[in-house]
Amino acid sequence: MTRIPSWIWPIIIAVLVFAASRVVKNEYYMFAGYVVLQYIVLASAWNILGGYSGYVNFGSAAFFAIGAYGTVVLDKLWQPPLVVAIFLGGIVASLVGLATAYLTLRLRGVFFAIATLALAIVLQTLVVNWDYVGGPLGYYSVRPDSIVGFPSYVNYLFVIMLVLALITVLVARAIEWSFIGRGLAAIRDNELAAECCGVPTLRLKVFATMVSGGLMGMAGAPFPYYITYLDPNSAFSLAYGINSIAMPLIGGMTHWIGPVIGAVLLAVIQQVATVTISSELNLMIVGGLLITFITLAPNGIVGLFETYRQQRLERASP
Amino acid sequence: MTQEPLLDATSIRKRFGGFVALDAVDIIVRPGERVGLIGPNGSGKSTLVNCLSGAITSDTGTICFGGRAIEKLPAHQRTRLGIVRTFQIPLPFASMTVVGNLTIPLRFAAHHRPDGGQGESDLDQALLILEDVGLRNKAHAPSAGLTQVEMRKLELARAIAARPKLLIADETMAGLSNFEVDEIISLLLKLNKQGIAIIMIEHIMRAVMAFSQRAIVLVAGKKIADDSPDVVMNNAEVVRAYLGE
Amino acid sequence: MVSPELLFNALLTGLFLGGFYAAVSVGITIAFGMLDIVNIAHPVFIIMGSFIAYIVNRNFGLDPLLTVILATPLFFLLGIVIFRFYYAAFEKSGKGSLRGLAFFFGILFVIEVTLLLAFGVDYRLVQTSYIGPNIGFKHIDLPLRMVIPFVGSMTMVTGLYVFFSHTFIGRAIMAVAQDEFALSLMAVDTVALRQLAFGVAIATAAIAGGFLIVIQPVDPSLGREYIGRVFAICVLGGLGSITGTVIAALILGTVETITSTLFGPSWAPAVSFAALLLTLAIRPSGIMGR
Repeated sequence: MTRIPSWIWPIIIAVLVFAASRVVKNEYYMFAGYVVLQYIVLASAWNILGGYSGYVNFGSAAFFAIGAYGTVVLDKLWQPPLVVAIFLGGIVASLVGLATAYLTLRLRGVFFAIATLALAIVLQTLVVNWDYVGGPLGYYSVRPDSIVGFPSYVNYLFVIMLVLALITVLVARAIEWSFIGRGLAAIRDNELAAECCGVPTLRLKVFATMVSGGLMGMAGAPFPYYITYLDPNSAFSLAYGINSIAMPLIGGMTHWIGPVIGAVLLAVIQQVATVTISSELNLMIVGGLLITFITLAPNGIVGLFETYRQQRLERASP
Repeated sequence: MTQEPLLDATSIRKRFGGFVALDAVDIIVRPGERVGLIGPNGSGKSTLVNCLSGAITSDTGTICFGGRAIEKLPAHQRTRLGIVRTFQIPLPFASMTVVGNLTIPLRFAAHHRPDGGQGESDLDQALLILEDVGLRNKAHAPSAGLTQVEMRKLELARAIAARPKLLIADETMAGLSNFEVDEIISLLLKLNKQGIAIIMIEHIMRAVMAFSQRAIVLVAGKKIADDSPDVVMNNAEVVRAYLGE
Repeated sequence: MVSPELLFNALLTGLFLGGFYAAVSVGITIAFGMLDIVNIAHPVFIIMGSFIAYIVNRNFGLDPLLTVILATPLFFLLGIVIFRFYYAAFEKSGKGSLRGLAFFFGILFVIEVTLLLAFGVDYRLVQTSYIGPNIGFKHIDLPLRMVIPFVGSMTMVTGLYVFFSHTFIGRAIMAVAQDEFALSLMAVDTVALRQLAFGVAIATAAIAGGFLIVIQPVDPSLGREYIGRVFAICVLGGLGSITGTVIAALILGTVETITSTLFGPSWAPAVSFAALLLTLAIRPSGIMGR
């Protein structure tokens, strides 16, 4: 019996979830599910650079917001189909990633991390000063009432994000298994040795940053229609920054399934906490979990699982 | 008849702040040659290796490899052209197995050479190399748990996997036993027979004497001798540099 | 058009602000420049200092600068505790800066949210005799609340400079920064030295926090604005150089203030980012970098 290749599973699950979305009537699940899917995209995208190569991006919010505000601009100009906005948002975010990467990736990883943090802060400054997109007052987007083929527009957004999540996961897996992924792993283990073994470190890092940033931008593009009122604080929320790091870390950074596990787990915890306690406290939970895992279980849940499996194997063969 | 030099570096200078690490050093290596590079600690040997391999850029000077000017190329391109170095302190890819370590240079360096990489699969080639260095039985072990001498061999194996024309072995024998030193020497001689030029950087004099056709001596960033090992060993300045006045 | 007097005032205010920025940044000069610890949570420790000054000022009327000076030993101890934890968890195993970075990011987050929960989003300020009045002569009009922190900052930074260049322990720390391995071979307890240095770095945050709340009202998320600034200053000045930090801080403070005067205050954060990117692109070792 031939083994089922692992990339079939995300597709199967996505199809099942899609089928469920056709049947479930309660829109709350669409709203909540959208957030979980969005984080699957952000976490998996972050991990392409952060987990595979070891270069930490603190500015996920910047790339996300580029997608979101890109849609705002398009919404004012021309109102294209959402798919176009997603595509364009991804391109712009990817180019910003290219610029940041090229300027800073020749130095130590620390400088890249700091630059991404500063990038998020500065982009927020630019947006706040840009009245065309509403400046500090924010922007109201009109969510269309309905769309052909879907019971509601929210349902449509959910499915869009589902497709994005599937694409992101498959892209992450493809990279992980390709020679690019091996090169990134070599960079993560020892960049100097990798470079001297012929790995084009700068090129690979820039590539990973572009893909990572582009996917994050795509995740942000539908956001204005989801939330209908977009202001700089919500678009650039630090929640995106810390979740993008915490989710892959807690889930496990070396395998594409890690960010998915982390995203689902943390997003659900945060949804529950927001509803039951408060939204500030749930961010603290994330921060606390981040510190705990990074100290005690740096390989995440996937790592714990691997260790457990390893121990069982060792116990089985004396 | 003298051949075209494989490596022709002239006037390499490197300063770190106020400290002059290399002061107009010239070095030539011919195809298939065995060169020993010696000198007291801090004389600039590792800095020279770093400049030649591209880990750092020299302040001035030209480096020609196989007739091509390479001083502006990043390290990975120099590796792909065939100039490969090992590290004094082994830098294995700790998350990979021993054989996994070798697939990196095979895929990223050897594949880019017109004569390297194609034919047998990467895995087979890697296993053959491990056979050569004596690490075949550890092929699937994690590279993080090796002994000192095994790590040194892995460094060498990884360098071999990049299919070098010139291999710079940076103190691969430091701290090894006599037996282990002999192992490494015979390994390097075997590589040399395949046509690979080798620069051996060592403090272990008997190794340098046994191995090199030519010895270059660096003291305080300057080249003070460049001749056959016997002549160099009797050079008064060299003796003084090592033993003091 | 902007009058020359306004511009001159902006220049002076900028210099004073820059002096304060030096006090804010010197903690990172020590932690990151000398100890290679990327403590991006440093600004949030400063905010913590500000809030402590606020509480004491509100409940006991004590002067904020006095408060933070008294709080300095506590922050020093806090720094030591954090270093011990950081060292045991991350440095010993040599697992690299990713984990350390994420750790401090987590700390940044936890502290900021704690402050948010405790104090809410409102701005807090202190009441002292020197917030409000200006000193001035001729056309120059300088708010005292800028002058006093400037004087205090420069005193602190100068004191640190003297410490690191002229005292035995200070110079030992600088030696550790340059070649830890060699020193450890000479039986110097490098861990203890670095621990001490990190404690000093956090202690500076307390004092800087006092200055901050004198200069402007403080809210829990203000720290975020300073992260980019602080690292821009340290990189521009040259990592590990106190002199460089001061020069870079003065430059940045001045450029920021003049930009604010000409284009509006909401553009200020962009200045530090531009400075950071330009430095990294052109001369990553900074002004005083080796």
